[in-house]
Amino acid sequence: MDADIAVLGAGPAGLAAASAAHRAGARVTLVDSAPRVGGQYWRHRQGEDGPRTPVDFRAGHAIWHVERTGDGFTTHTDAGEIRSATVIVATGAYDRQLPFPGWTLPGVYTAGGAQALLKGHGVVVGDRVVVAGTGPFLLPVAAGLAAAGARVLGVFEAGSPLGFARHPAAVLRNPAKLAEGAAYLRVLRRHRVPFHTGQTVVAAHGGDRVEAVTVAKLGADWRPVALRDLECDAVAVGYGFTPQLEIPLQLGCATHLDADGSLVATADEHQRADVPGVYLAGEVCGVGGVDLSVVEGELAGRHAAGAPVPVRLVRRRAGLRSFAAAMHRTYPVRPGWQTWLADDTLVCRCEEVPVAAIKRSIVDLGATGARAVKLLARPGMGLCQGRVCGYATACLAGPVTADDLRGFSTRPIAAPISLGSLAEQHVEEP
Amino acid sequence: MIGAGMVGAACAYYCAAAGLRVGVVERGAVAGGTTSAGEGNILVSDKEPGAELDLALLSLRLWAELGERLGGDRFELHAKGGVVVARTADAAAGLDTLVGRQRAAGLEVTRVGAGGLAELEPRLTRDVAGGAYYPQDMQVQPMLAAVELLRQARAHGATVHTGTEVVGLQRDKGGAITGVRTSAGDLATGWVVNAAGTWGGEIAKLAHAPVPVLPRRGFVLVTEPLPSSVIRHKVYTADYVANVASDDAGLETSVVVEGTRAGTVLIGASRERVGFDRTMSLPILRALAVQAVGLFPFLADVTLLRSYLGFRPYCPDHLPVIGPDPRVPGLVHACGHEGAGIGLSAATGHLIAQALTGATPDLDLAPFGADRFEAVA
Amino acid sequence: MTTFSFGDKEIQAEAGQSVGAALIAAGYRAWRTTRHGGTPRGVFCGIGICFDCLVVVNGRPNQRACLIEVHDGDDVRPQEGTGHGC
Repeated sequence: MDADIAVLGAGPAGLAAASAAHRAGARVTLVDSAPRVGGQYWRHRQGEDGPRTPVDFRAGHAIWHVERTGDGFTTHTDAGEIRSATVIVATGAYDRQLPFPGWTLPGVYTAGGAQALLKGHGVVVGDRVVVAGTGPFLLPVAAGLAAAGARVLGVFEAGSPLGFARHPAAVLRNPAKLAEGAAYLRVLRRHRVPFHTGQTVVAAHGGDRVEAVTVAKLGADWRPVALRDLECDAVAVGYGFTPQLEIPLQLGCATHLDADGSLVATADEHQRADVPGVYLAGEVCGVGGVDLSVVEGELAGRHAAGAPVPVRLVRRRAGLRSFAAAMHRTYPVRPGWQTWLADDTLVCRCEEVPVAAIKRSIVDLGATGARAVKLLARPGMGLCQGRVCGYATACLAGPVTADDLRGFSTRPIAAPISLGSLAEQHVEEP
Repeated sequence: MIGAGMVGAACAYYCAAAGLRVGVVERGAVAGGTTSAGEGNILVSDKEPGAELDLALLSLRLWAELGERLGGDRFELHAKGGVVVARTADAAAGLDTLVGRQRAAGLEVTRVGAGGLAELEPRLTRDVAGGAYYPQDMQVQPMLAAVELLRQARAHGATVHTGTEVVGLQRDKGGAITGVRTSAGDLATGWVVNAAGTWGGEIAKLAHAPVPVLPRRGFVLVTEPLPSSVIRHKVYTADYVANVASDDAGLETSVVVEGTRAGTVLIGASRERVGFDRTMSLPILRALAVQAVGLFPFLADVTLLRSYLGFRPYCPDHLPVIGPDPRVPGLVHACGHEGAGIGLSAATGHLIAQALTGATPDLDLAPFGADRFEAVA
Repeated sequence: MTTFSFGDKEIQAEAGQSVGAALIAAGYRAWRTTRHGGTPRGVFCGIGICFDCLVVVNGRPNQRACLIEVHDGDDVRPQEGTGHGC
């Protein structure tokens, strides 16, 4: 055994888990594909000091498979194996995307991508940037770009954040969350960035890079009711988040649909999965933001190490979860987005599968359900393995079920590995 | 037809085209079972002379016809040919014997030496003892082929009921089939064709006419997309034939490598009897990787994209069950094709249509009879 | 600062920067073309998820530009199709 506990992912949840388990006396190994701790949220540039971690940190270890063994788990990475009695999965989430005409043009980024380039590499994606999609994450992205000198032409929030007023209890329990949002809005005002609700980008235009977007005013179900064009040289879009579930699914953990329509791993009150020895923390068990991730991480770390759990942490998790649930109900994805699509709009960017091919698989070939569409038209069969188009394809195939998303999230090989390195690990049977 | 996989689709197509009224009942989606978990083999090269090779040769002819009649491009039908590689002198000697017997049975096959192999497959390892070239071997995209045949069957009046599970069979006083009971209601029918593949044994059980179809698990590795020219044929090692015919319940791997229209390279084939266990097995993936890199050294630098697994429907004597079941009037079997169901589906559908329309089947169905297992017991 | 070559250009990057970030900072938006449509692509997700920003680094194709850190003297080239010669 290399460790009592392997913590998979060194973002807020993983760091909190590793630190809590370490304090409780466990031997902890923290694993992340990135060269530095922090994950996507606490992204650190080289030379900046991230949160320090006293545990054994395996940087630059991309996990491609986690295997249950007789006495624990073997975490297989592209830089070696880590054996542990327990694992805490804290692999986070990435932006959820909805396709629209022109979304494959260079210069169109995910909101998280624009953020990563800025915070991780000091690069501003454009001079005239449009930020669009839904969810509170659009605010820090736009505020960051504006503060870094980009002209942010507008934040186009497809939903209506006023919906928060309908969840007073959740809001009152989390005043700091509101203050955070208000602070971002102040930054936007200072930089004269307009914030529009009920609007979003429904098309991007350009030759070999984005030159303009079409912004639509949306009806209640997100069908466009009025259009206007806006010249820009970069777009940042995101419609909530998709948890990274490769490892829970490899381990056979139960999953379910969360209030935001994402598939999430199912954790009990001790942050345990239904597979003995597997704990879950952060966005993998429900998208809820950094504060919830930290609380869940600390709870998972304490439980996994057999340490006592303070009641205040459990209460805090309940409060943050109620806020997350209110957030999910405030920023739903509405079905009218499908009307933005043209027949030649690519749904799967990797395999270049257009909307027409998906329709054909359903209408002509008799595909029922997302898996059949995937097998017949190939969305989700390319290099990204459905990470980007899985949600949209499942929506296009009919009402989304947990099974549909499970099919697009099950990846026995979670990170690229060459056949040669796989072959090198072969052990001849005696 | 119970089952909308490749075999059920072929049965539906040939029966509907022969004028029969056909309803296909499938508990999942079309082509979602073993059909979606294979490589799309239409092989004669891996067959020993005998009843299965006769069936394979008939099927080969029918697939070529289907390709011409329906447009083989729609389902990526590709007469790419097969290359069998012997890595050792022993394997080469064994291959020699097999080739001689296959040729006597009417197969087109040429022995090739190291130079010939390098010409057929320039990226193949040079560390070879000999090989054979089978120009008749073909490949197809099995899901597309199944849905295309179902589409054609519908054009001939067939109906397809997906998401509908057969829960019972209805029979008259004499025991003859009168209908199927499904999760979506009853369907009256004079014939029930059991094309449920690996789950064919369960349907047979509903009819109280057991057929020993069991799952034989296999893994396939899928690489990143590569140019189509890197692997030109279906390439496998000579021990593949021995493994297919083996009765060992333990794990066997013998590598099969081929490209696809999509650009990915598929690497099979493992065989083991572990029931319907869907747990991924790293040791098997590693063993397949070792053998694939041994055959094509350039694959060492190629990225593995995914792996999938499936359950071949196998019978103890490795032959499918095809034709009317003498024990139950109206019950017809078309299952148990093990790893050859895609290739053998066309002949199976054709023979079933002949049997159900009273025509004389092109092949004697006796070796495929459902009652053969009881005779052995 | 580190320097790497991109085709016939020399590009300056900050230490620790990704190839993708350095290319964007140098004004590039696309550096690969797709297998089927031959259309240009660059960074999309920026965090290694989407495999859109593929680039050939020191002869190795299909490297994610958004993840791979720049090293002094790297030979970076645009990628066409599979990156394996077609």
